[in-house]
Amino acid sequence: MSSSEINKNEVDIVIGALNADLTQFLNSWRPFFTGFHLIIVKDPELKEDLNIPEGFDVDIYSKPDMEKVVGASNATMFSGYSCRYFGYLVSKKKYIVSIDDDCVPAKDPKGLLVDAVSQHVSNLENPATPLFFNTLYDPYCEGADFVRGYPFSLRSGVPCAASCGLWLNLADLDAPTQALKTEQRNTSYVDAVMTVPLKAMLPVSGINIAFNRELVGPALVPALRIAGEGKVRWETLEDVWCGMCLKHISDHLGYGVKTGLPYVWRNERGDAVESLRKKWEGMKLMEKSVPFFDSLKLPESARTVEDCVVELAKAVKEQLGSDDPAFTQAADAMVKWVQLWKSVNSSG
Amino acid sequence: MVEPANTVGIPLNHRALLKDELDIVIPTIRNLDFLEMWRPFLQPYHLIIVQDGDPSKTIAVPEGFDYELYNRNDINRILGPKASCISFKDSACRCFGYMVSKKKYIFTIDDDCFVAKDPSGKAVNALEQHIKNLLCPSSPFFFNTLYDPYREGADFVRGYPFSLREGVSTAVSHGLWLNIPDYDAPTQLVKPKERNTRYVDAVMTIPKGTLFPMCGMNLAFDRDLIGPAMYFGLMGDGQPIGRYDDMWAGWCVKVICDHLGLGVKTGLPYIYHSKASNPFVNLKKEYKGIFWQEDIIPFFQSAKLSKEAVTVQQCYLELSKMVKEKLSPIDPYFDKLADAMVTWIEAWDELNPATKA
Repeated sequence: MSSSEINKNEVDIVIGALNADLTQFLNSWRPFFTGFHLIIVKDPELKEDLNIPEGFDVDIYSKPDMEKVVGASNATMFSGYSCRYFGYLVSKKKYIVSIDDDCVPAKDPKGLLVDAVSQHVSNLENPATPLFFNTLYDPYCEGADFVRGYPFSLRSGVPCAASCGLWLNLADLDAPTQALKTEQRNTSYVDAVMTVPLKAMLPVSGINIAFNRELVGPALVPALRIAGEGKVRWETLEDVWCGMCLKHISDHLGYGVKTGLPYVWRNERGDAVESLRKKWEGMKLMEKSVPFFDSLKLPESARTVEDCVVELAKAVKEQLGSDDPAFTQAADAMVKWVQLWKSVNSSG
Repeated sequence: MVEPANTVGIPLNHRALLKDELDIVIPTIRNLDFLEMWRPFLQPYHLIIVQDGDPSKTIAVPEGFDYELYNRNDINRILGPKASCISFKDSACRCFGYMVSKKKYIFTIDDDCFVAKDPSGKAVNALEQHIKNLLCPSSPFFFNTLYDPYREGADFVRGYPFSLREGVSTAVSHGLWLNIPDYDAPTQLVKPKERNTRYVDAVMTIPKGTLFPMCGMNLAFDRDLIGPAMYFGLMGDGQPIGRYDDMWAGWCVKVICDHLGLGVKTGLPYIYHSKASNPFVNLKKEYKGIFWQEDIIPFFQSAKLSKEAVTVQQCYLELSKMVKEKLSPIDPYFDKLADAMVTWIEAWDELNPATKA
């Protein structure tokens, strides 16, 4: 799907600004962001003013704006990488594309810059196929189809809730892995989009993601904060938790989650070894989360995304609350998030 | 347009991995000329050729290959009445080769599959890639977004639970095909000119609980881990269905692998599929399958094996009982198939007493 075929009015590009100077970032994305509305949300803990180049259709939100919309106490929900969720909250569009501010467009094997926005929207507009694995990956793309043995009744697919993109150069590895393999860079361009099967869990990365806000907006929850969460991705888990919730809810409601293209080029930031000095809380939390999500069954009566989030929060509190205060806080944040979502979006 | 590789001049691989532990099973009815192109990669290995169709015909094997060949007379002689479980006039007969092999690993390939080129133009040694896939673990319990984490240059991504990073043993390596894609007849009829030109440079584990359509054109597996489940069913002559042999095996294999904690990988390697079969002939063969698979899939998706089923044979026999109970109502064919599944296991255990439960 080329840029000209997308209805740009249906898309918001939401950027969480953890860096004050967005000149290089936005200029590098200019060919692909032009014509789209941008929402830039400044990390409330970032002191400097944002530096944004001319020529973009952009709304900028900083701490005072957040406090006006959600109140001062709730604004803390959106600190650090979670600032982007505020953009998801206030957007009025059908699709959101969200990219970290340390990423620039990648090049495909032919040397052409990848239009990540178009690829994400194309992924979202085409059905997902979570109920049966297609060995030729995305059956709806040019030159491919469902293979022999793929049940015909499953070929119309289900609505796609999210499109999880990937990263060349600095892949989204955790601190121990990156510290061990300091020189490792991801140079492998895997030319495929695929649906993550029903019930399969995956680690969703917030670095390069898009979703259907109309379909699953409230499921993108800014909830899990690890103790000592920092300003580099190695020191966070908020997106991974959000992704587990999103996938579980999508599975429950019959939606699909895709992974693969598009790639972005991720740049150097932070020091993995330095991040290792902090106690790596994330590991323990993930170990507890996996069996929880694996065995979790949302009640059949939960048919809206908001209800699913609330039920999920209840289960988290009941089953994980005693394991770690981070889970109790996550559950509370999820409930609060749904309340905010309802109040902000009812007037829209 | 995509072309096969030119393998002239590629030196024979004298340090071929698992040379004495792997058999290559090839079903054929015509000739084995295609092996000439595969020589640099496959000559070090032992071949098991299963000759389908007229047993009086002589199949010429290119010089220099070490092989054993079985025609229908041999199959009847070796299995006696149990030979009824081996299909005739269908490439499903290849599973006889799995049964008589004495090796740990099997690579099976169709006789119209040539060597593919990777995007750099280099000839793909498909067997080498299959071996790599089988020798390193699978990760079915959590999807890694960077695909095979054990590959050079890859790893587990942030958020991937550390307790799951050891992975499980890999039972199956399912390869893909450039050029003629493995489409069903209706799709072939609608898109006769479509060619697969997309080289997706990834291997991945199919998650636990997920079924897939397994193609037997370019397939490798650990015979010790999953061999008895690789029965390719009753197809061809005298049967109401064809072109569902590998599909059937794949669904059984996946359910059993999920139950036993084994992994199934798909993706690389690619081979170049050169020959498109006749879609009208295919439609006649597949016709019933297209309807039946609508019931077969939910059957496999909900199949639950008991805690007591701890060997592949036990799992397979349990499955055969479920097939008889749940699928026979659809068509008496499934009753026959369930019996054939039992016969297959009996024959397997007879020929492979060491691996019996």
